[in-house]
Amino acid sequence: VQADGTDGNCVTFVLHDEDHTLGNSLRYMVMKNPDVEFCGYCITHPSESKINFRIQTRGALPAVEPFRKGLNDLMGVCQHVLNTFEVRLLPEELKG
Amino acid sequence: AAAAAAMAAKRRTDEMRDRVVLGEFGVRNVHTTDFPGNYPGYEDAWDQLRFEEAFRVDVIREEEGALEFDMVGIDAAIANAFRRILLAEVPTMAVEKVFVYNNTSIVQDEILAHRLGLIPIRADPRLFEYRNQGDEEGTEIDTLQFQLKIKCSRNPQAAKESSDPNELYFNHKVYSKHMTWVPLGNQTDLFPDADFRPVHDDILIALLRPGQEIDVLMHCVKGIGKDHAKFSPVATASYRLLPDITLLQPVEDEAAEMLQKCFSPGVIEIQNIKGKKVARVANARLDTFSREVFRHEGLKNLVRLARVRNHFIFSVESTGILPPDVLVSEAIKILMGKCQRFLNELDSVPME
Repeated sequence: VQADGTDGNCVTFVLHDEDHTLGNSLRYMVMKNPDVEFCGYCITHPSESKINFRIQTRGALPAVEPFRKGLNDLMGVCQHVLNTFEVRLLPEELKG
Repeated sequence: AAAAAAMAAKRRTDEMRDRVVLGEFGVRNVHTTDFPGNYPGYEDAWDQLRFEEAFRVDVIREEEGALEFDMVGIDAAIANAFRRILLAEVPTMAVEKVFVYNNTSIVQDEILAHRLGLIPIRADPRLFEYRNQGDEEGTEIDTLQFQLKIKCSRNPQAAKESSDPNELYFNHKVYSKHMTWVPLGNQTDLFPDADFRPVHDDILIALLRPGQEIDVLMHCVKGIGKDHAKFSPVATASYRLLPDITLLQPVEDEAAEMLQKCFSPGVIEIQNIKGKKVARVANARLDTFSREVFRHEGLKNLVRLARVRNHFIFSVESTGILPPDVLVSEAIKILMGKCQRFLNELDSVPME
């Protein structure tokens, strides 16, 4: 799943079996983190389904932290979206 | 004067942040720019509570197989992820292997197999597992077996001069209703009141003439749209951004009439204020943005066409396998599953 860059602050993760679906949404969540100086992803070749996801942090923060935080934040967003969506649907079912 | 200039500047940055503007020759402000550090004075770091306050879902219309709902307060990256998952990663059951015992029709074996694969099967994919990689036989937990056995014969009671195939032959049209479920192993116990069949009964599979017959056995497996489009559970899933039309100056009389014709019906309404006809934006949501306004010199500077960046109008149409609201819930759960998978990998693999 991972490959290292230079030191702990700039790391390129190689995520297998992923594409823009997770890549773009994860990039958005990681960019919202103020500690992140650079975040981007690219698809190495369209025939292979893997993405290079690069995070560079400012300061001495290890790059795994924003990655983990981004994943957790994305899970939080999905959970909230799911809850809101199901609550919105409920009155429709109750109405019959 | 300084305060007014500051207000105008703030309005411009707000516009850059929340609106995608459609200009005459191009679209401006397309990318999301509200990341921390870009705009001084704005709090852009991720805040779950602020997101939860601003986010809402409104179900506009819910029909048999189609659902139209609004998602407000979310970013394009995540909305697009949901759309991509709805199209390609929500699993369904579809015919994968066709064992042809007898096919004397004029439809070739492989064409017949291709057509059978595309038929949507009413079977809840959550009750089944994925088939293992090298497994050829298929067990009862991952395979559904269907049989199609039909033979066309001549009708002895038909009139001499009739040329209507419906009268002359029996079973000359093979429909999807002729597919029958053959339970495997203990499937009768596992699914006692289940009724596995194609979603639609009237899908025409092949045409036969007397003496021709089709005798095939089909194995359905669970798959995702990324593998083959037959596994996609939606007829289509799409979204558009909410249109936002602002009149920069008051528009009156003939200009108002022309303006109303430039947009889709219902968008602009004409009001009679003190004898003069004044145009007003009634319902911007209905517009399809044909940009007809830009073809009229007098009108193009009077309106600003834009879209609200974080208001998505989703439209999900299901093929009938699962209802569309279930599909959206499944798509959201799949995105959560992806994140969880990487979190688990992060925790298990030791970092150097």
